[in-house]
Amino acid sequence: MAIDWFPLWLSLRVAVVSTALALGFGLWLAYVLANREFRGKDVLDAAVSLPLVLPPTVLGYYLLVLVGRASPLGRTWEAIFGSPLVFTGTAAVLAALLHSLPLLVKSTRAALESVDRNYERAARTMGASEWKLFWRVTLPLAWRSILAAVVLAFARALGDFGVTLMVAGNIPGRTQTVAVAIYDAVESGNGAVARVLVLVISAVALVILTVANRLSPKRV
Amino acid sequence: MLRAKLKKTFQNHPDSPGFVLDLEFSASAGVTVLFGASGAGKTLVLDSIAGFVKPDEGRILLDDRILYDGATGVHLSPQKRYCGYVFQNYALFPHMTLRQNLEFAAERQPRLERYRHVAEMIEKFQLGESAGRRPHQVSGGQRQRCSIARALIGAPKVLLLDEPANGLDASLRADLYDALRQVRREFKTPIVLVTHDLSECFELGEEMLVIREGKIVQQGSPRQILASPGNLEVARLLGAFNLLEGEIRMLDPGRNLSRLQMGEFELEGPYFPGHLKGDRVTICVRPEQLRVHARLGRLGQNQIPADLLNVVERPHGLRLEFSGNIRVTISRAEYERQKDNREWVIEFPSEALRVV
Repeated sequence: MAIDWFPLWLSLRVAVVSTALALGFGLWLAYVLANREFRGKDVLDAAVSLPLVLPPTVLGYYLLVLVGRASPLGRTWEAIFGSPLVFTGTAAVLAALLHSLPLLVKSTRAALESVDRNYERAARTMGASEWKLFWRVTLPLAWRSILAAVVLAFARALGDFGVTLMVAGNIPGRTQTVAVAIYDAVESGNGAVARVLVLVISAVALVILTVANRLSPKRV
Repeated sequence: MLRAKLKKTFQNHPDSPGFVLDLEFSASAGVTVLFGASGAGKTLVLDSIAGFVKPDEGRILLDDRILYDGATGVHLSPQKRYCGYVFQNYALFPHMTLRQNLEFAAERQPRLERYRHVAEMIEKFQLGESAGRRPHQVSGGQRQRCSIARALIGAPKVLLLDEPANGLDASLRADLYDALRQVRREFKTPIVLVTHDLSECFELGEEMLVIREGKIVQQGSPRQILASPGNLEVARLLGAFNLLEGEIRMLDPGRNLSRLQMGEFELEGPYFPGHLKGDRVTICVRPEQLRVHARLGRLGQNQIPADLLNVVERPHGLRLEFSGNIRVTISRAEYERQKDNREWVIEFPSEALRVV
């Protein structure tokens, strides 16, 4: 039985890139939600959580509307890079990002808020700028929880199916991720391939969750 | 010199009643103690000075700088206020060594001076052997001294301490008072300290502000306040008095004399300015100012009979609890001499009596 390992590699690559993006963007969002007071904060908070409750197909639909070939964003992309954004590996990254960002933002925000406010207040009385105290006080104190959140976001990015299918499609050798490949294998009666992929992805997820658990600060 | 006039209103919430902070005070060199029960708004005052909380109205001046002015909308960030703050749990950064904690606090100084200052502070507060360790690896006394050193290293214009002795055992408490007395000696920084412990006021305070429900109810040296509490609330807060109901029967400013009716007995006291004949008052007298005797025939001047209900061991003697809710503190030797008394009388020395 010849198994095509491309979907696994693609999934891992997509998850790595989307997690890196999610960390950069998510850290900023989490910081804003944890520290700033502004009008519409509750709306932003709800919007960030929305992907957690909406069906993946709905998210995929939104993404298609946003970056599809007919949309302004999609047309701009096509003008710059010469090829459409949808149904590529990049679109799979976007899908995974949308799927994993809410989880990352929520856990990171909780991690930032769990740092005793008095450490930050103390740093302020010493003249430390908000930037300095974030990088040198808050982040070092919260990094274990944030890393645990990153690992979970990675696992979630790895497992996305619905959104990926909607915007990246199912092109073997180009956009077919593991989750999609398993669906494809089952559909085409290729039970052996499905079994192997299922076991591999389960093992990977198990390892990731174990790592995340060990990273989380010990409960007393 | 710190001058603060603060007003802040908290609306009624389902989970917390409304609260109004409204007070004005100034603190110059030395220790000013904000004394009050928890929930009186003491910490709120510190947080307003440090810039963590924005008052609704008022003005905060530190030396010649305006930190906050409600009228013109000035509200400096904590970074620009130059207030040293010692938190209740010290808030030493747990991921840094003691030395790094000090260095972090010294970072707004020029690089060369910075290291000299850190070395000086380590020397002054005897942190030499523990400077390379993290806060959780050193003793409570070292943590405490380090947090004071860290608050002082940026040359603040005022040092704010939020119940620094809370939860400390007696020897750590003594160390803390020593460290703070050292600060008072060696630095010119005014110190504002929040506490609900009366003995701490006496240990450290030159000036004491009694705060209740967001307002200053009395102000003076700890000794003055204990000698003549301004009103019943203050007397209750101090927790150091017998508080007994009475009525003024006679006042004679000429002979500095008064007569008080307490239950069925009459006591003679000093003249009480500001009171009138017939006023219902509360008589305040400290347990250690009362004397006890065995009853021998007729009652003497200012003596009343009472039944001994209970004897409680105290660090500095014994506290006798009598009927009528009167407590008397006497030495152990005195009690040994009198413990076989059949009947007791309590003597109220007339010069010790106060009324509120």
